[in-house]
Amino acid sequence: MSDDARVTIQRDGDIIAARQKGRDLAAQAGFVGSDLTLIATAISEIARNIIVFAQQGEVSLSLIERAGKRGVLIVAEDRGPGIADIEQAMRDGFSTGKSLGLGLPGARRLMDEFEIVSQVGKGTIITMRKWTR
Amino acid sequence: MPVPILKQGGILIASIQTAVTDQDLVQLQDDLADKVGRFRSRGVVIDVGALDVMDSFATRTLRNLAQALKMRGATTVIAGIQPDVAFAMVELGLTLDGILTALDLEEGLGMLTMPPQEDGHSVG
Repeated sequence: MSDDARVTIQRDGDIIAARQKGRDLAAQAGFVGSDLTLIATAISEIARNIIVFAQQGEVSLSLIERAGKRGVLIVAEDRGPGIADIEQAMRDGFSTGKSLGLGLPGARRLMDEFEIVSQVGKGTIITMRKWTR
Repeated sequence: MPVPILKQGGILIASIQTAVTDQDLVQLQDDLADKVGRFRSRGVVIDVGALDVMDSFATRTLRNLAQALKMRGATTVIAGIQPDVAFAMVELGLTLDGILTALDLEEGLGMLTMPPQEDGHSVG
């Protein structure tokens, strides 16, 4: 779809670009009000995760549809160090010292679906979806 | 874009106008810590009403800033968190425990200029 977007993440300003594109796309999908803010905030967290841990990566955003419902798909991909213990990284309050430790578990709470695939030394792919009500 | 800081009497007002980068927030931290000393300010209001997202980094930075300014003798009020932003912060698990907050800039200024109450109730 032509409205889909890819945002290269390599400096902190790119985080803002990614979440603004996400908000625009979510509005096109039919999200309103606080859902737009929740989606933008989740994008902010996963994009910052790229900067902090992998230095650079990419966030892609697309409109999706399933069983008559519209939604947004957000994929964050990097070739950083990867996450050795995903269960630990997804626990509230777990932090490597660079953050509050709320980024990933927080983003999961803000979205409807959240998957994380990571390989040490290869990188991390986070896939999130949210559906209109 | 750096966040402008205005001085009004003994109070500093930092008005965040648009989405700020992490770097801008760190800069604001340094600027306010410096100006509180230079102007001998006793109060600081940070107006975040224009922010459409307060993520974990922004919240942590503002919280640290308020705590550091307290150590410098100044009281900080975070003013104008938008309703949607407030809900997203709660959902994320973010808190501003121990930090004064106000509905908007005007309320924030009021909290800092009101004389302390005798009966021990905190203002606001």
